[in-house]
Amino acid sequence: MSETFAAIDVGSYELALKIFEISPKKGVKELDHVRHNIDLGTETYRSGRISNVHVEELGHVLEDFVNIMKSYDVTHYQAYGTSAMRETGNIDIVLEQLQQKTGLHIDVISNSEQRFLDYKSIALKNDEFSKIIEKSTAILDIGGGSIQISLFDNDKLVSTQNLKLGVLRLYSMMEQLGASRQKYSLLIKELVNTQLSVFSKMYLKDKKIENIIILDDYVAPIIQKGLLGNKVKGYVKADDIPVFLNNMSMATRAQLTKKLNLSEDTIPLVYVSGLLVECIVDMLGAQMLWAPGVTLCDGIAYEYAEKKKIIKLPHDFEQDIIACAQNISKRYMGSKSRSETLQTIAMNLFDATKMVHGLSKRDRLLLQIATILHDCGKYISMVYLGDCSYNIIMTTEIIGLSHREREIVANVVKFNHKDFEYYKGSPELYAKLTHDDYIKIVKLTALLRVTNGLDRTHKQKFKNVRFLLKDNKLIITIDSMDDVTLENGLFQNRAAFFEEVFGVKPVIRQKREL
Amino acid sequence: MKNKIKRKDFYKSEYYMNRELSWVQFNERVLSEAKDESNPLFERMKFLSITASNLDEFFMVRVASLKDMVGAGYAKNDIAGLSATEQLELVTVAVHSFLNKQYAVYNKHLVPLLLENGLDIVSDLSTLSEKELEYIDRYFNDFVYPVLTPMAIDSSRPFPLIRNKTLNIGAIVTKREGDDTVDIATVQVPDVIGRLLELPGNGEGTRKVVFLEQIIKRNMHRLFLNYNIVCSYVFRIERNADLSIDEDEAEDLLKEIEKQLKRRQWGQTIRLEVEHGMDKKLLKKLTKELNVDDSEIYDIDGPLDLTFLMKAYKLEGFDHLKEHGYNPPAPVTEFSPDENIFDTIRQGDILMHHPYQSFDPVVRFVETAASDPKVLAIKQTLYRVSGNSPIIAALAKAADNGKQVSVLVELKARFDEENNIVWARMLERAGCHVIYGLVGLKTHCKITLVVRKEDDGIRRYVHMATGNYNDSTAKMYTDVGMFTCDDSIGEDATAVFNMLSGYSEPLIWNRLTLAPLWLKDRLLYLIGRERDHALNGEPARIIAKMNSICHQDIIAALYEASCAGVHIDLIVRGICCLRVGIPGVSENITVRSIVGNYLEHSRIFYFENGGNEEFYCSSADWMPRNLERRVEIMFPVQEKELQKKLWHILDTQLKDTEKAHVLNSKDIYVKQKKKTESERVNSQRQFSIEAGIAIKESALENTRVFIPEMKGPQD
Repeated sequence: MSETFAAIDVGSYELALKIFEISPKKGVKELDHVRHNIDLGTETYRSGRISNVHVEELGHVLEDFVNIMKSYDVTHYQAYGTSAMRETGNIDIVLEQLQQKTGLHIDVISNSEQRFLDYKSIALKNDEFSKIIEKSTAILDIGGGSIQISLFDNDKLVSTQNLKLGVLRLYSMMEQLGASRQKYSLLIKELVNTQLSVFSKMYLKDKKIENIIILDDYVAPIIQKGLLGNKVKGYVKADDIPVFLNNMSMATRAQLTKKLNLSEDTIPLVYVSGLLVECIVDMLGAQMLWAPGVTLCDGIAYEYAEKKKIIKLPHDFEQDIIACAQNISKRYMGSKSRSETLQTIAMNLFDATKMVHGLSKRDRLLLQIATILHDCGKYISMVYLGDCSYNIIMTTEIIGLSHREREIVANVVKFNHKDFEYYKGSPELYAKLTHDDYIKIVKLTALLRVTNGLDRTHKQKFKNVRFLLKDNKLIITIDSMDDVTLENGLFQNRAAFFEEVFGVKPVIRQKREL
Repeated sequence: MKNKIKRKDFYKSEYYMNRELSWVQFNERVLSEAKDESNPLFERMKFLSITASNLDEFFMVRVASLKDMVGAGYAKNDIAGLSATEQLELVTVAVHSFLNKQYAVYNKHLVPLLLENGLDIVSDLSTLSEKELEYIDRYFNDFVYPVLTPMAIDSSRPFPLIRNKTLNIGAIVTKREGDDTVDIATVQVPDVIGRLLELPGNGEGTRKVVFLEQIIKRNMHRLFLNYNIVCSYVFRIERNADLSIDEDEAEDLLKEIEKQLKRRQWGQTIRLEVEHGMDKKLLKKLTKELNVDDSEIYDIDGPLDLTFLMKAYKLEGFDHLKEHGYNPPAPVTEFSPDENIFDTIRQGDILMHHPYQSFDPVVRFVETAASDPKVLAIKQTLYRVSGNSPIIAALAKAADNGKQVSVLVELKARFDEENNIVWARMLERAGCHVIYGLVGLKTHCKITLVVRKEDDGIRRYVHMATGNYNDSTAKMYTDVGMFTCDDSIGEDATAVFNMLSGYSEPLIWNRLTLAPLWLKDRLLYLIGRERDHALNGEPARIIAKMNSICHQDIIAALYEASCAGVHIDLIVRGICCLRVGIPGVSENITVRSIVGNYLEHSRIFYFENGGNEEFYCSSADWMPRNLERRVEIMFPVQEKELQKKLWHILDTQLKDTEKAHVLNSKDIYVKQKKKTESERVNSQRQFSIEAGIAIKESALENTRVFIPEMKGPQD
C-alpha cells in the first residue's frame, strides 16, 4: 500500500509544494508540483524581517496547500524554510502565526542541511548519478543568496564550500551598479573569479573536475528542456555554455522570452546564472554538465521515505559525511593512521557500552566525526587546542550534518581538551541546542575522552583494545608490549568524567602478548 | 530549396479577407439554409430566426467595436488593410443588403408557404373577423394592459430610456383638449408576454397567429386617454454591449461584471430598426433622441426581430414540418450501465462525438465522482452552463460529500454572465472552491479532472472536450470529447488547474498545449513541420476543422506551407480570413463551411507528418482571441482506434455535398450539389445514422436474447 506525502519548501523566492506517492514497489513518485512566486529573499536579506503583507500571502498560499494536500489524502508532510527564513529575526513569531492559521508546522533548516537534501534529491536519480560520479565530479548548487560547491573524490563527496555568490545577490549588485547587460559579463567574472581562485587554491590544487551536477532554477531548466544547444535533454557540453551566453547577449528580451519559454523578468537572472556557471566551469575545467531536474522537495520526500524505511539507500550518505570529516582533518595536518586507530577504539567503545549510554546509530556517527576531528585545532594553536578545534568545526561545513549536530561535534571535541562546562554554570554555551543535545554532548564527550585517553602519546601503542562492562566497571583490555605507564597515569584523569556520566569506572588491563 | 520563400511575403493585405465581411458571408450561408427547399419548412423558419439572433449579437459586439475604434481614432488597419471607418462603411452596406435578403426570404418564401401549410402569420389585423378582433381586444384588456407603461413625451417629460433589444411602439399624438401641438409617446412591448398570440379556431383548417405589437398598436388609444393617436409604428434599438472591463482596476471581478450588466442597457445606440413607412416626424424625433445617424437606421419590411420564429417553431401540431432525419443521441457503446465508469475508462481512452453520441457519460462521470468513496477531488472548468445543470448539482453534492471541489467559472462568457454568477454563488455556498476567471484572460478550455485513490495508488481521470459542459447545447452542437486516465495527461491536467489557481507554470508539459502561452507557437511549429516534410518530398497534409480562422501568423504559415506543396483542407464553419486560389500563395488550400442541422463546433486538427500522423482536438479556434487572450487546451488523440474515428469525421465532412459550401477564388461560397442521390453526402446525417447502427450492433453483441428472422427467404 502506498502513502501520499507532501513536501513543502518555503524558499527565498518561491513557495513550492510537491505531492508524492511513496511505496516500496514504485518508490517515490511525484504526483503534483505547485509553485507560487514570492520574493521573501530581497526583503529579509536587507531588513531581516518578513513584512506583514508577505506573512499574509504565505498564510493564504499555505492554506491552499493544505487543501491541495487534502485532495490527495496526504498522510504525512514535511515543511522546510530555507535561507530567507533563516535570515529572519522574528522567525519564531512568523512561524507561530502561520501554524495557527494553517495548521502547518514549518522547520527552518540550516544551509548544510538544505544542501544535503538537495544532494539527496540528486541521488534519487540513482542510475545517472552513479554513472556521473564515476568520474571526478562537483555539485554546483546555486541559490538566491549563496552557492554551494561540493567535490567528489572517487564516489564520495569529500568537501563542500559555501560562497556568497547567489544569483539574486549578484543580480541586485548589478542593479545597484546600474550596469548594462553588456557589462554583466565583465563585472560578474571579476566578482566571482576572485572568490573562486581562493576556493581553487584551497580545494583543487591541480585536480581537474570532469563533470558538474547543476542545481538551480534558471540554467538547469533550460538544460533540461534541451534549449541550451544541447542535444540530450539534461546534459550539456561545457563548450556550449559560452556560445549560449554569447547568443543571449545579442538577443532582445522578447526574443529570449520566446526562445527559452520563460517569463521576461527571469531572463536577466538566467543570464547572471549562466555567467556564474561559466566561471565555475572554467575554474574546474569541467567537460560536461548534468541538470538532474530535482528540487529540495524531492530531497525532503527522499529523506522521509528513507526514515520510514520505505525505500533503501542507493547511495551511502554516511560515508560522504565521514569522507568529508577526513578531508577536513587532512587539511589541518591530521594523521590518517592515528585517526583510524582512534576510530576503531571509539566505535568499539561505543558498541560495548550501549547498555549504559543508550545512544543511537546517528550519535555513533557523530562520535566518529568527533574522533576524526578531535585535534584539528592544533594546526592553529597547541595551547588553545579545544577552542581552536571548536572554531574550525563550527566554521567548516560538513555536508549532511545539521547545524545542531555540527555544534554537538564541535563541543565534544572542545571538551575533550578542556574542562567540561555544565549547563547550569554557562547556559549561554548551549543556547542554540536542546536539552537532548546537551545530554548527547555530555555522553559523547565521556566516550571521546576515554578513547583519546587510550592513546595520549599518539604512538598507537594499543594495538588491540577490548571493552567489557562488568559490575559497574568498564574493563579495558589492551594488547601492548610497550610501556604504558604514561597512558595509564593520564587515563585516570580522563576516566573520571566517564564515571561521573555513566556511573561506570573504566579500568585498564594490559595483556602482554607473548 | 529551389524557391526560397520569405515568410513576410505572405502578410500582404490583399491575401486576406476582412473578418466582418466574412462573418456576413457566414450568416448568408445560414440564410441559404432558410431558403433551401430541401429543408423542412419549420427548420427553414428556425434558420431564419438564427440569422436574426446572429445579427443582433454581431451588432452589439462587432459593429459596436468598430464604432468604438472609429470614435477613438484607432489608426491601425485590419488584416485586409482596411481602416475602421472603411470597414464600418463596407459592413453597413453588407448588412443593409443582407436584411433585404432576409426579409425577402421571410415575405416571399416562408410566409406564403406557411399559409399553404396551415399557419397564417397575420400581418394585417384588418383581415380578421369581428369575433377575432373581439378576442384580441379582450386579451389586451386582461393580460397586456396591466403590464404596459405608456410614456408621453413633452417639454416637461424627457425621452424615456429605451431598453436594448426590446420592441417599442412610438406614436405621434395630439392633446384632445388644447392646441394642436404634436407630441410623441412610446410604450414598450412587454417581453414578459409571448410575442405571438394564437387565435382560437375550430381545430381545423388554417391556424392564425397575431403579433403582440399589433395588438397593442390597435389599442393605443386606450393607453393615452387624453390624446388622439395620429399614427403609431414599431421600432427597436440595439446598444453597444461589448464588455471592456479594466481588470487592473477591478477589485472584485464579480461586482464589476454585475455593474457592467446594468450599464449595458445604457450603452450607445448603434442600430435603430423601424417599421416600414414610419412617419417622418416620428422618425426624426427618434433619430435625434437616440442619437443615431442615417446609416444606422434600418427600414424593415415586415415584423421586427425575426427571433420570434424560434417561438413559432415550437407551436404544437406542425411536427410533420420539422426535421426527423436525425436520430436522437445514441448511447456511447463503450460505457455499460452495470460497470463503474472509472473501470471502463481504465480499459482505454474513449472518444465521443456529440450530439450523435450522448453527452450523458460526461454527466455520469461527474455524478459518479461526486459520490464515489474513492474520489478525493474534482476540478472542472465551466464556461457556459445550462440552466438546471446536472453537472452543477453533482459538483455541489461532491463538496457536500467532503470531496475537494475546485471550479473555475468563467464570468466573462459573453451574454451568459448573469447565468454564471448565480451558479458560481450557489457552488460557493455548497463548499466548492470557486475561481471567478482569470484577470485579463478568458478561460475557454473544457477540462475535468477527477483524482481517485485506488488500491494501487492515486489515479487521475481526465475529460477534455471541444465544447462546453452544457448538456442542452450538447444536443445541438457537434463536439468531440475524450476520457482518459493516461498518467502523463493526468499530470498535465493537474498542472492546468494549478495554473488556473494562480500557481506557476509546470517545468514541462507532457502532452497538452495551452494558450495563450504555447499554443500559437505549437501550431506554427506543426504547420512548419509539414512545410519541411513537403520540401523534403515526404507526405505532407493538413486537415483542420474549426469555427473560425483569422490569425494572420497562422494563415501566413499556411500560405507558406501551401507554397511548399502541403495539401491543406480547412473546414471552417464561420469566419475565414484566408483566401484560396491566389496564385503563388494559396493554390493548395481548400476551404469549406458546413452549416447544417447541428451547429458545427468541434476543432480537430490533422497533420500527416511524413506518414507518422498526428491528431489533435482543441477548444481553440485559430483566432487571435483564442490563441492570445484565452486559456485554451489542445490535446493529442493517440490511440489508433480513436484516430480512425477522427479521420472518419474529417474525411466525411470533406466529402459533404449537401451542407458544405466551398470557398472559391472569387471569395464566394458555393454549394457543390450533386444530381444523383448516390453522389450526395450529408455528413451530419451520415454520422447520425452511423451512431444508430453502432448501437444496434453493440446490442447484438451483448444480447442474450435470440432474435428470430421474421421474413422467409425471398425467391
